[in-house]
Amino acid sequence: MTVTENEARPAPGARPEPVAHGGVRLTGVTKVFGRGATATTALQDVDLDVRPGEFVTIVGASGCGKSTLLSLVAGLEQVTTGTLEVGGRVALMFQEATLLPWLTAAQNVALALKLRGVARAERTPQAHALLERVRLGAYADKRPHELSGGMRQRVALARVLAQDASVVCMDEPLGALDAMTRDHMHDEIERVAGEAGLTVLFVTHNVREAVRLGDRAVLMGSSPGRVVHTEHIDLPRPRRMEDPEVARRAGSLTAALREDVARHVG
Amino acid sequence: MSVDTATRPVEPPADTAARSRALSALWAGTWPKVGAVVAFVAIWQAVVLSGWRPEFVLPAPLTVAQTLGDLVREPEFWQAIGTTLRRALVGFAFAIAIGTVVGIAVSRFRPVRAAIGSLITGLQTMPSIVWFPLAILLFGLNEQAITFVVILGAAPSIANGIISGIDHVPPAFTRLGTVLGAGSVDLYRHFVIPAALPSYVAGLNQGWAFAWRSLMAGELLVIIEAKPSLGSRLSFAQDFNNAPELIAYMVVILVLGMLADTVFSSQSRRMRRRRGLAVD
Ligand SMILES: Nc1ncnc2c1ncn2[C@@H]1O[C@H](COP(=O)(O)OP(=O)(O)OP(=O)(O)O)[C@@H](O)[C@H]1O
Ligand SMILES: [Mg+2]
Repeated sequence: MTVTENEARPAPGARPEPVAHGGVRLTGVTKVFGRGATATTALQDVDLDVRPGEFVTIVGASGCGKSTLLSLVAGLEQVTTGTLEVGGRVALMFQEATLLPWLTAAQNVALALKLRGVARAERTPQAHALLERVRLGAYADKRPHELSGGMRQRVALARVLAQDASVVCMDEPLGALDAMTRDHMHDEIERVAGEAGLTVLFVTHNVREAVRLGDRAVLMGSSPGRVVHTEHIDLPRPRRMEDPEVARRAGSLTAALREDVARHVG
Repeated sequence: MSVDTATRPVEPPADTAARSRALSALWAGTWPKVGAVVAFVAIWQAVVLSGWRPEFVLPAPLTVAQTLGDLVREPEFWQAIGTTLRRALVGFAFAIAIGTVVGIAVSRFRPVRAAIGSLITGLQTMPSIVWFPLAILLFGLNEQAITFVVILGAAPSIANGIISGIDHVPPAFTRLGTVLGAGSVDLYRHFVIPAALPSYVAGLNQGWAFAWRSLMAGELLVIIEAKPSLGSRLSFAQDFNNAPELIAYMVVILVLGMLADTVFSSQSRRMRRRRGLAVD
């Protein structure tokens, strides 16, 4: 468990119990970039409590601090004030698959295993098994440029699994894919995350995608970045992007999002 | 026609087909070069026939070819090639070691970059022959003077190759390394160095070209009697007005330089193809 505490603040109603394995808890998190006149408050007083195994989607206008939030959880940035607790290892998946072009698909996955300390003899069979799990077993020896965008993201997904993390942060991982491939990746991510019991923080610009995937959709507002609305999505799975109920929930989220954007543009 | 024609397979066996495909690919890459050589020799012959210069100054291609044919039967010829190649490889190896260490230091440590970053580019533009007077003062007319200048000629290019390679590593790769939990050694080993490799190889290629030029300049200036080298043989050929031998040695020097370049460019093409980068 990682606890970052830059300012001891008496939590209202004191929360004594530590975050569970796979859980994520932000309490009054503020993140300021820079200092003095150029300081930017990317996040202000954000509270978010994510249960182990929960799939949380995050939507919000551009620049409202979604990526910053994920960077904090992944440990790439430090919180300015407030408390961040993460129960276990965190993996991060980007908009681009960022596979290393000099390695094959299997070697890309194996590198994550190596950096995690997996013994040499076990790496290759494990990498192949992970690629099987994202249905890319036949492409293990291909190089990234020989794979389609969707396949590359599946290799990235296999690499996330290789990290054996309990929490996965995904920053618009499907933003660059066409609609068909994206729908397929929804099924894939949902299945893989379910099988592995992963906690997922999934940032997207697509409100419908947020409803399609999330147990909960968090709407963030901008200037400064904060949580303005939380939508519990208790729709049965499997869901589809075209489901009318998904569309309806997305509609109400979009209205809330518009309101926030209008407040800052208008 | 014999009757068994019909029973023969229409397609040649697979390995024969593959071999003939490889041969035709080889031919496609070779014929323009052969054509260029033929055209060059033809022009040369035409100039000789025009009588612009007497034959003992500008010999015909065939005369040079015969001289070369005689030379390859002399042990001194192979000794000269051996000496020159050994000097080139030793100097180049030192240049690789020094250029790589300096390049990594510059790319890693800000003060080092501030101190010598632009000096490296400056050295790269300096014709290496201007180092020889100093080298001869420092080391005398000997092998060390030559090696010194070969290293100074090649190392800046190698250092610059690795510096620009590391400077242009996509930040996404280093971020990925951090996310995957790589420490600074692993970050260099698995992310930074491989990403910088194409630029490094380009630097090695350029460094080799400078090493070869510096070496030839050095062998013409610093003649060590006991050790025949390509440069010293070239110089003797001039002293004895032996034009066919002079041109024959020039051809040898050109061919050796081209062979080395072929090795580097085929390596770099292979690497780029494996990474899905444009291959010219
Ligand atoms: N490293 C940084 N240094 C300074 N400011 C930063 C840094 N990273 C982010 N910011 C600022 O923090 C704010 C939030 O940025 P962030 O990238 O988190 O937004 P986002 O919600 O992910 O936007 P998008 O949807 O466009 O990706 C922006 O105002 C941005 O300029
Ligand atoms: Mg972002």
